[in-house]
Amino acid sequence: MGKERVAVVGIGQTKHQATRGDVSMAGLVREAARRALDDAHMTWTDIDAVVIGKAPDFFEGVMMPELFLADALGATGKPMFRVHTAGSVGGSTAIVASQLIQAGLHERVLTVAFEKQSESEAMWALSLPIPFTPPLHAGAGGYFAPHIRTYIRRADAPDHVGMLVALKDRQNGLKNPYAHLHEHDISFDSIKESMMLWDPIRYAETCPSSDGACALVLGSEKVADDAAAEGRQPAWVQGTAMRSEPTLSAERDTVLPLGGALCAADVYRQAGITNPRKEIDAVEMYVPFSWFEPMWLENLGFAEPGEGWKMTEDGATALDGDLPVNMSGGVLCTNPIGASGMLRFGEIAMQVRGTAGEHQIDGVRRGVGHAYGGGSQFFAMWVVGRDKP
Amino acid sequence: MRDVAVISFAQTPARRRVPELNEVEMLMPALRQALGQVDMTIDDIGFTCSGSTDYLAGVGFSFVSTLDGVGPWPPIQESHVEMDGAWALYEAWVKLQLGELDTALVYSYAKSSPGDLPMVLTRQLDPITVAPLWPDAVSIAALQARALLDAGKFAEEQFADVAARSRRSALDNPNAQLAWDRPASDILAEEYLVAPLRKSDCAPITDGAACIVLAAGDVARSKVERPAWIRGIDHRVEPIHLGLRDLTVSESTRIAAGKAGVADGPVDVAELHAPFSHQELILREALGLGANVSINPSGGALSANPMMTAGLIRLGEVANRISAGEADRGVAHATSGPCLQQNLVAVLEGEN
Repeated sequence: MGKERVAVVGIGQTKHQATRGDVSMAGLVREAARRALDDAHMTWTDIDAVVIGKAPDFFEGVMMPELFLADALGATGKPMFRVHTAGSVGGSTAIVASQLIQAGLHERVLTVAFEKQSESEAMWALSLPIPFTPPLHAGAGGYFAPHIRTYIRRADAPDHVGMLVALKDRQNGLKNPYAHLHEHDISFDSIKESMMLWDPIRYAETCPSSDGACALVLGSEKVADDAAAEGRQPAWVQGTAMRSEPTLSAERDTVLPLGGALCAADVYRQAGITNPRKEIDAVEMYVPFSWFEPMWLENLGFAEPGEGWKMTEDGATALDGDLPVNMSGGVLCTNPIGASGMLRFGEIAMQVRGTAGEHQIDGVRRGVGHAYGGGSQFFAMWVVGRDKP
Repeated sequence: MRDVAVISFAQTPARRRVPELNEVEMLMPALRQALGQVDMTIDDIGFTCSGSTDYLAGVGFSFVSTLDGVGPWPPIQESHVEMDGAWALYEAWVKLQLGELDTALVYSYAKSSPGDLPMVLTRQLDPITVAPLWPDAVSIAALQARALLDAGKFAEEQFADVAARSRRSALDNPNAQLAWDRPASDILAEEYLVAPLRKSDCAPITDGAACIVLAAGDVARSKVERPAWIRGIDHRVEPIHLGLRDLTVSESTRIAAGKAGVADGPVDVAELHAPFSHQELILREALGLGANVSINPSGGALSANPMMTAGLIRLGEVANRISAGEADRGVAHATSGPCLQQNLVAVLEGEN
């Protein structure tokens, strides 16, 4: 048997902020799920199965919280599934959900990803001991800063590129009402003057710690055709891919990971893309620290190794560039870790559907959603487009 | 659906505690054995999926170091669920349904020994209304057992029969942790642990790991003489709040059994994931299993209960019996959450 077609027919997200003290965990996921259902013109009873994803349970202090959230997400009597693949989880959760439809098991699947990081202290929660390595890093930035320094040295990239990324993403975020950070006074100089946290990562080049959730309603070909007939453009899934590689391996290149490159190659092959720079109209990629934009531009095949920073410097990745990246403001504006990957997948689907509001780019026919996790070792990507695959 | 079969199963001997090994080291022998039995390495695997929980490992992202042990280089197609390995198997089965890959590796593991398991499991409960009361897992199960007695559906003697039969069956299972031959009357003479449950009504606390290899169609046939085909598999969930469901039945198991097609043919053997004796009685009813079905010939979870893994082992135990020609059609069941909140049912068959 072959794969059935699947499309995004509903997208919802919460207002993201440092502390969503006004809602419980159940209230947070319901806020996103209700918006996705409303967007899809559906109710809870229309949904066949629920797939939920989030990063480590210790962030909120509830073990396997999908069990207590089942009721809030209307899953009674339905299949409910829980994915956890580190920081890529929001992306992989959407992929696992889409496969339930591709396999012909369900017609309408609700997938939700969340993190309520205010329940704990995320930076120290991410300061994991690495076997046989002295515990010198504090937070994910401490882990990734050496990767970035190596990138800068290899690519001979000028210092200001990271700050340009931060400025662009924070300015894009001003156009996104759901974004956590809305820094109206941000400027290149204010970024440059912000505190150096993990050299070369400044405070203003770092993602925030957010409470937030994202939800997608995925539909079968028939469901998506019906939505299209009512004038609601589906975002057709043209390809999905996941790759994992080890934390510790002498063969790894953490700056330009093979897993990320293979993931991109796989998803482009499925979508029939041979020249991603030309054939992709927009990208939502997982950039928690500014320098990851040029690094991932290279890893995902939009630039040759060592050349990614030039795209950023030339403005190619700006809203009016030829390959806009992180129109929503990205992870640099909003980072509820478990949801961040699904926000990338959902935001690119919004661009394809033409529902992104003030940060909508004209004429997005096909876009890429990207997420990564662990020590740059878990990758999830999808290509969505206006056209049926 | 595409024909997908269990072609290899391995588990570590269940032990109360495995202090000398970390989780990765504990898992590896099962992983090597499962692959070795069908002459495969990680390079022959199309998709890998695992099940585990950070809460028992005591560290976030605990599955990451386990994956390193698997050796995912060059990079592999891989996923992880914070669920029992039976659900990891479900994700792998779905992946193989897409027709692009032919083989999958599924593994799960947990060490419960470092912590106080009944207390750790309280962290699964509603964090606002229930978890602050720290109701331990045995006490919650006892509420369900009491509801069964109050409804007049079963008697304590039947609980004891299940407990005695399970440990007797486990005498034939070299991987079991609890195996003995004592009459049910001995169990009824025990003090209550949490009334109406006695210690023998409860699963032991276990450290352990298991691994299954799945293969599709001709690949499965080329690897083993008699693959255990997955003819149906489904899972359903109910609300966690005990007051929102009838604890004397398992509605989610009943729905999953219907979707998996349990009643579409005779059942020779069933492996049910029942960590408490009374739960087997609820499950038998929900699955519609008659008196002629061999229930838990391995001894079941009452004889070995590695968390995140006891469900996957049920699938492996049924598959082994089918592949060995001891059964033609079997049912495997996995559960998660308090009082059978979430349930998975699979129907496995040999080729006739």
